[in-house]
Order: sequence, then structure tokens, then C-alpha cells
Amino acid sequence: MPKERLVVVGNGMAGCRAVEEIIKRDPDRYAVTIFGAEPRVNYDRIMLSPVLAGEKTFEQIVINDAAWYDRNVAALHTGRKVARIDLAAKRVEAEGGLKVPYDKLILATGSDPIRLPLPGADLEGVVTFRDLDDVGAMVAAAEKGGRAVVIGGGLLGLEAAYGLVRRGMDATVVHLMDILMERQLDESASYLLRGALAERGVETVMGAQSEAILGEDGSVAGLKLKDGRVLPCAILVMAVGIKPAVEVAKASGLACQRGVVVDDQMRTSDPSVFAIGECAEHRGIAYGLVAPIWEMCRTLAEVLTGDPEAAYEGSTLQTRLKVSGVDVFSAGKFAGGPGCEDLVFRDAGRGVYKRVVIEAGKVAGAVLFGDIVDGGWYYDLMRRGEDIAELRDTLVFGQQITEALRGADPRSAVAAMPDQQEVCGCNGVCKGEITAAIAGQGLATLEAVRAVTKASASCGSCTPLVEQLLQLTLGDGFQVQTGPKPVCACTGKGHDEVRRRILAEGLKSIPAVMQALEWATPDGCSACRPALNYYLLCAWPGDYRDDKQSRFINERAHANIQKDGTFSVVPRMWGGVTSAAELRAIADIVDKFAVPTVKVTGGQRIDLLGVRKEDLPAVWSDLNAAGMVSGHAYAKGLRTVKTCVGSDWCRFGTQDSTGLGVRLEKFMWGSWTPAKVKLGVSGCPRNCAEATCKDIGVVCVESGYEIGIGGAAGLNVRATELLTKVATEQEAIWTICAVTQLYRETGWYLERIHKWLGRVGIETVRARVEDPEDRRALYDRFAYSQRFAQIDPWAERVAGRHAEEFTPLTRRLEKAPA
Amino acid sequence: MNAPVKDLVSPTWTDVGAVSDIPVRGARRAPTARGAIAIFRTGDGRLFALKDACPHKGGPLSQGIVHGHAVACPLHNWSIDLATGEPLGADRGKGCAAVVPLQVREGRILVGIG
Repeated sequence: MPKERLVVVGNGMAGCRAVEEIIKRDPDRYAVTIFGAEPRVNYDRIMLSPVLAGEKTFEQIVINDAAWYDRNVAALHTGRKVARIDLAAKRVEAEGGLKVPYDKLILATGSDPIRLPLPGADLEGVVTFRDLDDVGAMVAAAEKGGRAVVIGGGLLGLEAAYGLVRRGMDATVVHLMDILMERQLDESASYLLRGALAERGVETVMGAQSEAILGEDGSVAGLKLKDGRVLPCAILVMAVGIKPAVEVAKASGLACQRGVVVDDQMRTSDPSVFAIGECAEHRGIAYGLVAPIWEMCRTLAEVLTGDPEAAYEGSTLQTRLKVSGVDVFSAGKFAGGPGCEDLVFRDAGRGVYKRVVIEAGKVAGAVLFGDIVDGGWYYDLMRRGEDIAELRDTLVFGQQITEALRGADPRSAVAAMPDQQEVCGCNGVCKGEITAAIAGQGLATLEAVRAVTKASASCGSCTPLVEQLLQLTLGDGFQVQTGPKPVCACTGKGHDEVRRRILAEGLKSIPAVMQALEWATPDGCSACRPALNYYLLCAWPGDYRDDKQSRFINERAHANIQKDGTFSVVPRMWGGVTSAAELRAIADIVDKFAVPTVKVTGGQRIDLLGVRKEDLPAVWSDLNAAGMVSGHAYAKGLRTVKTCVGSDWCRFGTQDSTGLGVRLEKFMWGSWTPAKVKLGVSGCPRNCAEATCKDIGVVCVESGYEIGIGGAAGLNVRATELLTKVATEQEAIWTICAVTQLYRETGWYLERIHKWLGRVGIETVRARVEDPEDRRALYDRFAYSQRFAQIDPWAERVAGRHAEEFTPLTRRLEKAPA
Repeated sequence: MNAPVKDLVSPTWTDVGAVSDIPVRGARRAPTARGAIAIFRTGDGRLFALKDACPHKGGPLSQGIVHGHAVACPLHNWSIDLATGEPLGADRGKGCAAVVPLQVREGRILVGIG
């Protein structure tokens, strides 16, 4: 049987996806011809913003490469516009006289950006933001620097402005309304968004009506507002909306309103002609987001491959903004309305705002800012129309807390998801496709799932869900991989990449790193500077010069700042062992400096609280004189080794736990680590030193030493995992130093050992420290680094180092001449 | 360094030290009869002075990390704009650390605390 002729007008996301969906169902039914106006293969248009921002390349956003067209498409005509459709003759007529007959025709012509008819709109440098050519024009303009003005504070306009800032321009967004992204956000979220954008260099002007675009020598020079203000600019981006591209359909006699009118089977007024995507109007709505397009494509594919009853019934929408570090989510009736109730959560400190709108006992919409992890969950509850009466108390705190309180395993929700439920909104991938690919093709990693199914390959917000599916399908065989979370808002680079490049490119100063890795801020922020300082210190021991101004105050002043601006001082007591002489000296210091509070800490130390900063060097001097050095209670480094009395005194003690603790502390003190490190050594499994909730804990037994890592008793409480068991004390020291070095080299700044362990997996760590050569190499690197680290910072400062840190400026008594 | 005209008219100028006394990307604290002042020197060499108390919980801003034209408070990491004394980001609009007039004359820092 000869193949039917299927012609697709439009080589974009909708057209190609429709072809994919059809081929998936019936690979041999149609001979496909595609017409495309852009002279290139199909790419992910929603990822143009990251391309503009320089966070992705064009190659990374190509959806269908040349090989795909070779395999699946009989003829591809790019850069050729379709002029007319002869409905009677069932024939497409393209520019240049090309005529192609069809049996079935799909219109996927998408939409055109709206250009405001302002005076000066035709000046050079006035662009829209729609396709790769627009991105090219903006990138070229950005190379010259200066200011960009973007008209339109919707999703696209904000992404364009942010992208231009990342390219080195200043950007101002001019918005007609008083709320940014008013179709997705409410006033509170818009307020937070304005602040977050301002931090990233995007200025927003609200309630501003554009009057005219001003030019100079034929190029854009500024935007004049109705209130008389003039905003100078080197490039002007119009991002005020889109309109369905219906010219060809209209000229050919198909019924059109705003878009090409289609029924629930995506059929136009001509029974052989279908329309999908942004050019189509379904039940009075022309969609401009990607998720509905995928749903339309699936329905159309069903209809064209033998299920005439398949029906598209419209979509509920969700939106996310693609601006690095600014998390915004919106879905449904986010702004409430009559008969709606609001559940609102705000955390000013973290800049988090969540509003869940309830209508008739169901989720009707949500808007989230700052923390959008639960966006998918709310969206899901909304789409399923689930009764949330029982969840209501905790709904706003998110899925994890809600389900934990109800005793449900969060994974059971994922397990219970129907196969046809969509997981990846960007690429329209359902749960069933993902699990089938994992099981059928033996996929074991997130990357593999991305490559095969495209799920989580675009914006990445469904990554946790895809990981849960991997976990469910593979069980313990799956290790969660964390995506490259940017170090901070100053960069798009993740911690691992930064660390790798410091070593690979021999970067040896903070400015060198910021230059090479294209930091977006002149000198970083309070998040990245301490991180970079640590990474450099760890990478180049003895070589890198510590940058004091990139240390938090506690590490700069070698004491812990308290809420009243005074400091606390904790001298080192090796393994928690002290003596009469030390205690006497401490007592004298307390009297001499009128220290208000003396407290015993959880790590078996004595804490002197309320010392004035100016007094610190003198206090340290007295402590030094009594043989005591810095206890580093302030450091992202080795803090304390807590011990019990062990075999020396205890009738149950199996080994010399105190001695081991002292030896460990003497060897490891002064080392800087990604986050604080606390050790414990217990002399028997009764565990009086609480070693099993320390970052690294040793439990002595008759036959040797059990070494556990990843314990915590702070924000998180968890017991250590057994890393290994060794027979001798020397081996215990080697192993502990090796694992500490591995953590030093691969941990992310401020990531405690248990978090690190969760990321890299205990198997990896165990393999490294149980391999004798690897353990030796790690230990040697730790020991080498200690040669430069074990200098008592207190003694240095007693001797006068950084004296200005501890001396206030003194005002000259005489007044300066006015 | 150009101080706004209104600041040049009224205050009595007091010399608190040399520009080189302030570390680049750092700050020093200057106690005065009217409370402590924090003097900041940014990466691009500019100088700023604020009352040394964060609008949040009174944290000593002089002890924070200076980045761009902002300082991160050492107590709770609020980011304070050095030029205006106002919190940046999510804490915008929640109070303000008083700006102290400052000028540099022949390498000396003069603050208007009169």
C-alpha cells in the first residue's frame, strides 16, 4: 500500500513533535514533507533565553538534528515560505513555484511577535525576541555594551533583559502594568521578583507607557515614555506578546479567529487540514506555552493514526521563569477570586513566598517565589482535582512535610502516578515513557534518561521527579546525581566545575577565578568569596595567599561573633583533656578581662563568652602563655575531637580512646575543610563520646576500630554510616586523614560531610580509602597541606599580625578644617 | 570623592584616619560619642560610612564581608547597600542604617558627625 502524503507547514517544536508522535504510533503510514521558514533544524525555542544568557549553546538546544530528518522525513524545505494552500486540489504552494500535494496537512506555523506601532519602530537596533536570529542580533548589540531597554515585563521580556545583563549590558524593563508577569504573578511575588531582578542588574520601570522610539543616524538611541522620561539605550527589545501566524490559513480560506480555529481533534474547517501549536485556537484560546502544544500533538497523532475519537480538551497552565537563581512558579487561578481561599507562607529571611489558592476544597492555583520545589505537586493536585481537606493543615509547607506527617513515603506518590501523567512539561514526557526507557534500555543515570527521553533535559525543574522514577525502577542501583547548582547568583557555574577549573587552569587567586569563569559581579558576594577562598587554599597549599577579606568575621577574627558584637573564645583542649594549670590560667583570664559567661561546650571545651574584640589579642596572649592555642571553634575546619576515657580508666574500655582522640586532634588541627568537622572517639560500643553522630566517629571494639562517617546532630539528626573497620590505631589515623582529605578535595563549600556523603555515595568513599595506594596518596596530600596550616593564628596575632583588625579607628580630637 | 552639597553645608568634619587604614573590600569601626561608625572601602576604591548597626538586629556592619557596593551583615547575612544604608534583595524596605557624610581630603577620611 503506498504511503499517505503528510505535509507539515512549520518546522518548529509543534510541527516536529507532531511528526514524532505520529511515527511513534505508526512508522510506515505517512511520507512526511516539512516546510520551515527558518533556515535551520528544529530547536527548543523555550531555551532561547539560556542561549541569550550564554548558559547554553545552540547545539545544546537542538531537538531534532539532521540525522533525525534523514531517518523520518521524506522531504524538508527550510527557508522556504508557503504562499497558499489550495484546499480544493489538496496542494501546498510554496514560494518559487514549488507545489506539493497532500492527503493530510498539518499547520504548525506558530506565532509572530507583536511589534508596537511606535514612531521609530523601524530603527536599526529595535528587535523582538522570538527566534535564533533575534538572539544573534541581541548578542551582537551586547558586545558593544551600553544599556538595553526591553518593552514588556512578561516572561519573555524579563528573560531577554536578564540575558542581556549576563552579556554585559545594563538593562531596563519598561512595563505597562504595575505587576510584573501579571498573567502569572500576584503583587507580592512581583515585588520579590523586582528585588531579585534588581540584584541581578535588571531595572524595572512600572506603569510606564511608551510613546516613541528615538533614533540617531538611523539607529535606536532611546525610548521616550508618555510621562516625558527618556531612557537612553543601544538596543530596544519589544517583548509585548505574540499573535498566531494565520496569514496563509486565512488567505487559503480556512476559518480563523485570533488563531486557526480547530475542534477537539485539532481539525480546521477543512477535514483534511489540522492545526496545532501557537497558530491554533481551541475553544477560544490560543496558547503560548509549550505544555498544551505537547498535548495537542498527542491528540493529533492519535487522530491521524486511527483513533478518530481522541480529543484534546484544553490545558491548565503552569509557568516557570528561566532566570538563574530566581525561582518563580505559577499555575491556574494564582490570584484567587470570588469563592477562593488563600494559604500563604512567607519567609522574609530567605525571600520565599508561597500562595496556594483553594476553591471548593481543591487546589485551584498556586504562585511560588524563591522555593518552587513543590510547584509540580500543587500542579498535580490541581489537575487531578484532588480533595485536599486532609492535607490542608500542611499543604503550604509542601509535599515532603505533608506526606511525612501522614506517614506516607514520598515515593509512594510517584509510584502511584498513572503512566500517562506528564513528568517533563518542557518536552512533554510522561511517566510511562520514562519508566519504560529505564527498564527497557537499561538506563541507570539521569544523563542517560535525558539523552533517551529528553525528560529533564530542558529547564531541569522535573529532575527530582525523574530521579525518583530512576530510584523506583532500579531500586538501590541508582545513585542520585545532583545537577550543577550554581555556586551563587554571581555565576552559572557549579561547585564541581569551579574546583575542576581552578586545578586545570592553574588559577591561583580569586580575581583570576572570577575572570576565567566569567563572574557576573565585580568582586563576588558573601556566598562565593569564602567558597573560592577555600577552594584555592585547598588546591594550592603553601602557594595560595589567604584572602582575609573573603573570610566570614569569625574566621577573620579567629573568634565567634555574638549577637551583641562581642566575641567568644574557645581554647583548644586536646581530646577534651585539660589540667589544673590550664583551668587556673582560664580562671585568671576570666577575672582579668571580666568575661561575663563561662560555658562548657558540647565538644568538651570551655567557652569564654562576651570578650570585646579589642581584648582578643590580650586574652590570647595569656592563653598562649599557659600553653593553649586556638580551638578553632569558629572555623570551617577541624573543630573538636570528643573522647571518652577509654581503657585508661573505664572498666568497659576496649582501646585508648582518649589517646587516639588526642593524637588525631594534634595531627589534624588547623586544617580547613568545606564545612566544620567534628570528630568523636568512643572506647566501646556504649559510645559515651557520642561518636556515631559526629562527622567522623570512631567506635573502639576489642578487635580494632570501627570508623563511621556522615553523622549529624544539628539541623539534621542522623547516625554515621560504617565506612570501614581497621585493626590498628595507626591505620585508623591514616583512614580518617584520607577521608578528610577526600572531603576537602570534593566537598562543596558549606556542605557538611553527611550531605557530601549523600551526594557522592559511601561506596565511592569506601573504595577510595580501602585502596591502600589511594589512601596513602590522600593521606600524604593531607599531611603536606598541614605543614602550612598548623600555625596558631592566635600567636600570630599576639605578635602583631593584622593588628588593624582588632584596633578601632581613633578619632583625632581636633576638628578638621571645614 | 564628592559628597552631596547638603552634606557639605552643615556638618562638622572629623578626621577618623587615613584612606590606607581601611582595607580594600573591608571596613573599620570608628567609635564616636554618638555611637560607632563603620567606614567601608570597596573593591573599586570608593569609601562609604554608615552607622555601625544593621537595621535588622543591630549587627556590627563593620565586621561583614564587603562586596560590590554592599556589605553582608555578620549576624544574619542581610545585604546592606553602602550608598543608602538600605537592605537589598528580599529584605528591601525593612529599615535603614543611617548614612554618615564622608569626604576625603589629602588622603584623610573626614566624617560629618558634628
